[in-house]
Amino acid sequence: MNAPTYNFAYLDEQTKRMIRRAILKAIAIPGYQVPFASREMPMPYGWGTGGVQVTAAILGPDDVLKVIDQGSDDTTNAISIRKFFGKTAGVATTTSTTDATVIQTRHRIPEASLHAGQVLVYQVPIPEPLRFLEPRETETRRMHALAEYGLMHVKLYEDIARFGHIATAYAYPVKVNARYVMDPSPTPKFDNPKMDNCAALQLFGAGREKRIYAIPPYTTVVSLDFEDHPFTRYRFNAPCALCGADDSYLDEIVTDDKGGRMFVCSDTDFCEQRQAAGHHGTESAAPHKEKAHV
Amino acid sequence: MSELSSLDNDQPLLVAEGLAKNYGRLAACRDVSFALYPGEVLAIVGESGSGKSTLLQLLSAQLAPSAGHVAYRMRDGVLRDLAELGEAERRFLFRTDWGFVHQDPAQGLRMGVSAGANVGERLMAVGWNHYGRIRDTASTWLERVEIDVGRIDDAPKTYSGGMRQRLQIARNLVTEPRLVFMDEPTGGLDVSVQARLLDLMRNLVSELGLAAIVVTHDLAVARLLSHRVMVMKGGRVIETGLTDQVLDDPREPYTQLLVSSILPP
Amino acid sequence: MTAMIELANAEKTFTMHLQGGVELPVVRGVSFHADPGECVVLSGPSGAGKSSILKMIFGNYRCDSGRIGIRHHGNIVDLATAEPRQVLSIRRSTIGYVSQFLRAVPRVATIDVVAEPLIVNGVAREEARERAGGLLRRLNIPERLWTLPPSTFSGGEQQRVNIARGFISDLPILLLDEPTASLDAANRAVVVELIAEKKTKGVAMVAIVHDDEIRHLIADRIVDVTSFAAAA
Repeated sequence: MNAPTYNFAYLDEQTKRMIRRAILKAIAIPGYQVPFASREMPMPYGWGTGGVQVTAAILGPDDVLKVIDQGSDDTTNAISIRKFFGKTAGVATTTSTTDATVIQTRHRIPEASLHAGQVLVYQVPIPEPLRFLEPRETETRRMHALAEYGLMHVKLYEDIARFGHIATAYAYPVKVNARYVMDPSPTPKFDNPKMDNCAALQLFGAGREKRIYAIPPYTTVVSLDFEDHPFTRYRFNAPCALCGADDSYLDEIVTDDKGGRMFVCSDTDFCEQRQAAGHHGTESAAPHKEKAHV
Repeated sequence: MSELSSLDNDQPLLVAEGLAKNYGRLAACRDVSFALYPGEVLAIVGESGSGKSTLLQLLSAQLAPSAGHVAYRMRDGVLRDLAELGEAERRFLFRTDWGFVHQDPAQGLRMGVSAGANVGERLMAVGWNHYGRIRDTASTWLERVEIDVGRIDDAPKTYSGGMRQRLQIARNLVTEPRLVFMDEPTGGLDVSVQARLLDLMRNLVSELGLAAIVVTHDLAVARLLSHRVMVMKGGRVIETGLTDQVLDDPREPYTQLLVSSILPP
Repeated sequence: MTAMIELANAEKTFTMHLQGGVELPVVRGVSFHADPGECVVLSGPSGAGKSSILKMIFGNYRCDSGRIGIRHHGNIVDLATAEPRQVLSIRRSTIGYVSQFLRAVPRVATIDVVAEPLIVNGVAREEARERAGGLLRRLNIPERLWTLPPSTFSGGEQQRVNIARGFISDLPILLLDEPTASLDAANRAVVVELIAEKKTKGVAMVAIVHDDEIRHLIADRIVDVTSFAAAA
């Protein structure tokens, strides 16, 4: 392979230092969006350039990397990013949540609980939770600074007025460490409780928007709600068709053009671990397994 | 008997002293001093460019004066210089103890958000966290400003001009402010719609014992709403006094001109 | 006895800036008083300044010099130099003014137009409405009209609503500008009765009445305004 010689994990050391400083500041102020000088990456914006830069900045030679896209280890995006770091940093990669030291994710938090020492890196498209009600960045920054968050409840109010319940199903706003309101990236709200008091460090990178924010380990993360319309998780009311799990977040998969469908765990690693341990659902088809990278 | 009315309150709510604003060599506002008492409605009249809108912005701390200062009596009874308030305090004042009614309701409302949420926003901003109670309060206020409660979930962009203006008023009054600033509140409305709005504002102001500062070029608005009037010309206050006194017995040439320019009803 | 109203050398001139600054003297040297329970009637030909004097006592016209003493909450306040707030306070709790025309507030029901002065002074809405109804009945305004705004009424009906509004309060001073103009004999008699009742309650009144018969019925004293005429 005659690949040009990249610096370890693609980014030059100065850039990594700059990003690490932003990360340190983000950890020091949980939930606060720290601006950083986002770089052009060899992939389009929207493909996880923010997460990739954060991962590149924290990755060491001994790390074990897992990359998931909507819970899955085997989608194009997940594979590409995993291979990217395999090639530019030569780190070991894995699909196992437990074995990974760094997990880059798009739109999910793994089902298996994270442990101390792990870092979860989120890819974030739009970091500003107030954006859709207040388009002015100058104004939203001031609102964060003064903790003026009434507007966030306006959005939830609108949900209830329109649908009878809080219909926001993903990117559900949270308050971090009783101070900053934060967009958890477009994870399903099912995952919100996992952010609370989590043993792992959670880092959020938004490449196009040039923002990094963080939730340090064991930080309080509360989903916003009303007293009379409390926050609730949501999942399809079915067991996983492959592993029979009834407490995991499910994807709905259309299987034919006659209305056939099945529900399976969105977290492929979780599902496979369960099947390997002898759990079974109503469908027997074994999922495709990616060849381990060498 | 006299204690019943807030007008007899002897502590001013807002005090302006030597207020001035220059834009380069242009003096938009010069040497304005007055005191506003609780429950008192002051009209600032004058033609376009007379400095009345600049003055309103100075008084409501949206613009920093070139000279002079404005002090406001906070809910704890202490008179504070607005320039010395922190931004958080100033913004809190704006969301709670003050209201600001814009001439163009689109400036004071969230046009794409339901009427209920428009009214409820201030409540949520001060920590109300019960959907049912927020909605009930919003409904009550829609009724008070004569908007059909059936329209509570519609966005103001579907409302008529008069309804939007009434909604803006409800949105401002829901936190029971003590002072409301109004910038040409009836401007741009049909005459029949204006009359209804004026009547509504007049009642709300007296029922709630609100103090208000109303900028208008319409002397009929000043007569119907205000106790006192200040006539502005070229950035200066040229005449001030009881509204009916200034309008029925104007002294200054310019005021006489203004008054004589009204078409008889 | 202490006077409720005491004018001393009050003077009023209009300067018409739009007519090249023409000075239009209205009255000068106005001096008279009104005691509690007394009705003083101003007399003189049209244009002598009767209405202007009444408006000066109400603070509607400014007084250029001299003194307009008003007994307000037990103290004498000089209206010629009083602060706007003070004038408003005096109007709310001391001086009532019954003008010739009702300045109708759009959309407000007649009963509420009449009850308003009481409500402003803290009387409960129900009680205020009851008293308003009583007065309207005496002034022969049919009950079916009470919930309508007076702007739809005839001139005479509006004048009676105006009188009801003026007489409902318990203010110690009343200024009456032609209270019986455009009323029929029966209603004029009611107004005379109302004035007599106010006298027994110690209210000081200053009135302008053109009708000689009425003037004799209500006047305790007549002040001839001609002597104050300031025509140069």
